[in-house]
Amino acid sequence: MKAKLTGIDLINYKADTKRSLFLNMWKFRALYVIAIPGILYFIIFKYLPLAGSVIAFQNYNIFKGFTGSEWVGLEHFRTMFQYQDFGRILSNTILLGLYDLIFAFPAPILLALLLNEIRLVFYKRFLQTVVYMPHFLSWVIVSGIALGILSPGTGIVNQVLQAFGFEPIYFLGENSYIRTILISSGIWRDSGYGTIIYLAALAGINPDLYEAAEVDGAGRWKQTLAITLPSLIPTIMILFLLHIGRFLDLGFERVWVFLNALNTGNGEILDTYIYKAGLLSQQYSYTTAVGLFKSVVGLILVLIGNILSKKTTGESLY
Amino acid sequence: MRVRYTRGQNLFNMFNLLFLTALALAMFLPFLNVIAQSFSSSEAIINGRVGLLPKDFTAINYQYVFSDHSIWRAFGVSVYITVLGTAINLIATASLAYPVSRPEFVGRKYIVMMVLFTMVFSAPLIPNFILIKNLGLMNSLWALMIPGAISAFNFFVMRSFFMQLPQELIDSSRIDGCGELRIIVNMVLPLSKPVMASLGIFYAVGHWNTYMSALYYINKPSLWPLQVMLKKLFETDDISIDPASSVYSSLAHTSPEGIKMAVIIVATIPIIMIYPFLQRHFVKGMMVGSVKS
Repeated sequence: MKAKLTGIDLINYKADTKRSLFLNMWKFRALYVIAIPGILYFIIFKYLPLAGSVIAFQNYNIFKGFTGSEWVGLEHFRTMFQYQDFGRILSNTILLGLYDLIFAFPAPILLALLLNEIRLVFYKRFLQTVVYMPHFLSWVIVSGIALGILSPGTGIVNQVLQAFGFEPIYFLGENSYIRTILISSGIWRDSGYGTIIYLAALAGINPDLYEAAEVDGAGRWKQTLAITLPSLIPTIMILFLLHIGRFLDLGFERVWVFLNALNTGNGEILDTYIYKAGLLSQQYSYTTAVGLFKSVVGLILVLIGNILSKKTTGESLY
Repeated sequence: MRVRYTRGQNLFNMFNLLFLTALALAMFLPFLNVIAQSFSSSEAIINGRVGLLPKDFTAINYQYVFSDHSIWRAFGVSVYITVLGTAINLIATASLAYPVSRPEFVGRKYIVMMVLFTMVFSAPLIPNFILIKNLGLMNSLWALMIPGAISAFNFFVMRSFFMQLPQELIDSSRIDGCGELRIIVNMVLPLSKPVMASLGIFYAVGHWNTYMSALYYINKPSLWPLQVMLKKLFETDDISIDPASSVYSSLAHTSPEGIKMAVIIVATIPIIMIYPFLQRHFVKGMMVGSVKS
């Protein structure tokens, strides 16, 4: 009869002995076989490189491999903190992360709140369609569009500036504008799309709450403060945590596509530096150390954020 | 529900409507400018006369783009990795997500943890690069499709979808004597069309927009996907035109800016074409994803 066990039985079924566990696994062997390629994928493409990160503690030599290369301990980490440019690059990364948190993170929340107030359903749909769109364009395309409209000679922005009597500005060729361009292009591309999750949370609020508030004489502004915002807090918290975990991860692509010789001073971040120093100049071990530093800081940030959020709101990711 | 507004509310409604409309325009106007430039003559562009509508309407920039073989080839590469890559993504993701979604699968907890960990801690660039090199995938289009075969996030989305399938359905076919494979082919896959469609579209957009991994792993210009090609084009101020090309004689009318803008449009059209389908699915996809966390 054992062979005829159904799934329902199996859920409640505790594998008491090794034998029955094995029998059970044999019965569903197809499931295990199917899972093998996926498991191998994660081991090979995610965990092997993780193990390969030991080259941060070696002087990795392509010909000697992982086992033959000389061990140097924390030397590369020391070089990293002594290297003058590293401080500049790290502070660029942190500053951009901070700006992103201050300006780009709240943008979808505000946008969702405003969209939520629109009562003309068809117009709301139309606006949503338009603001979601840029998210699906690649960063290369976004940079191309920015290049076009910001161009000092032919761009529409400079045409407008000139029409008001200003001198044309080469926006992408100046250190002082690059951070603004990076953050605002991020807002342009992703804030609309970011509203989806907030709009869903807003749609889930019980309408009775608003009716009750109305009876009590609360206006819309008061309702927003007393009902809407508190209902959004869990969603905001979760997304905030995810954002904190990616604080140093502004993303290689979105920065790389805007960088040129004239704006690297303020625009260079860890990822673009790792690419240039690592892949283009082949300082393999050193840049792995930089990358590892970034990953560890990211992990610590996630853990801290998680603890904080558990304490303050009871929401947590893991 | 609410019909009567106070004066303050009416004022707010009006401002809100205007503000959001302006915002939507801000999202769209850059596009309009790009389209206008791509259809304008070089004189109009260089003199900065092009606003939101084409000046001295001409299709010469597009003629140039369509006559350029390297752009066509890059377009082809992008189509190839999008189609094949998305198929690989879906098969790989489903083949791990389904077993792990079943309560019969012993040890699923460990696999979930293994995947989750990669979301919070990932290896730096260089070890990944060395891996690709050692696997012999450098300068191969597989390097753009295999290393990203399963996205951890999409794995969780798909897993939670499979977990919602009624267990009774699967159990009853087991009683009828169906093997696990037949259950998957005859029942699970047909039922999971919606999640496959949403995730497939996400994966496909990702492949179409592939830039970074191609920059890392592909050095041969003949294997460059469209995005890499585009970036190279943006970087050059002076676009050399093949003397044999059909637009060579009318060269005076093209301009690097116009050509760049035309290529932007050409690379964006596929995205715009699938956008209506996209829109139907991505909201759903996001929802399933948020249920997970």
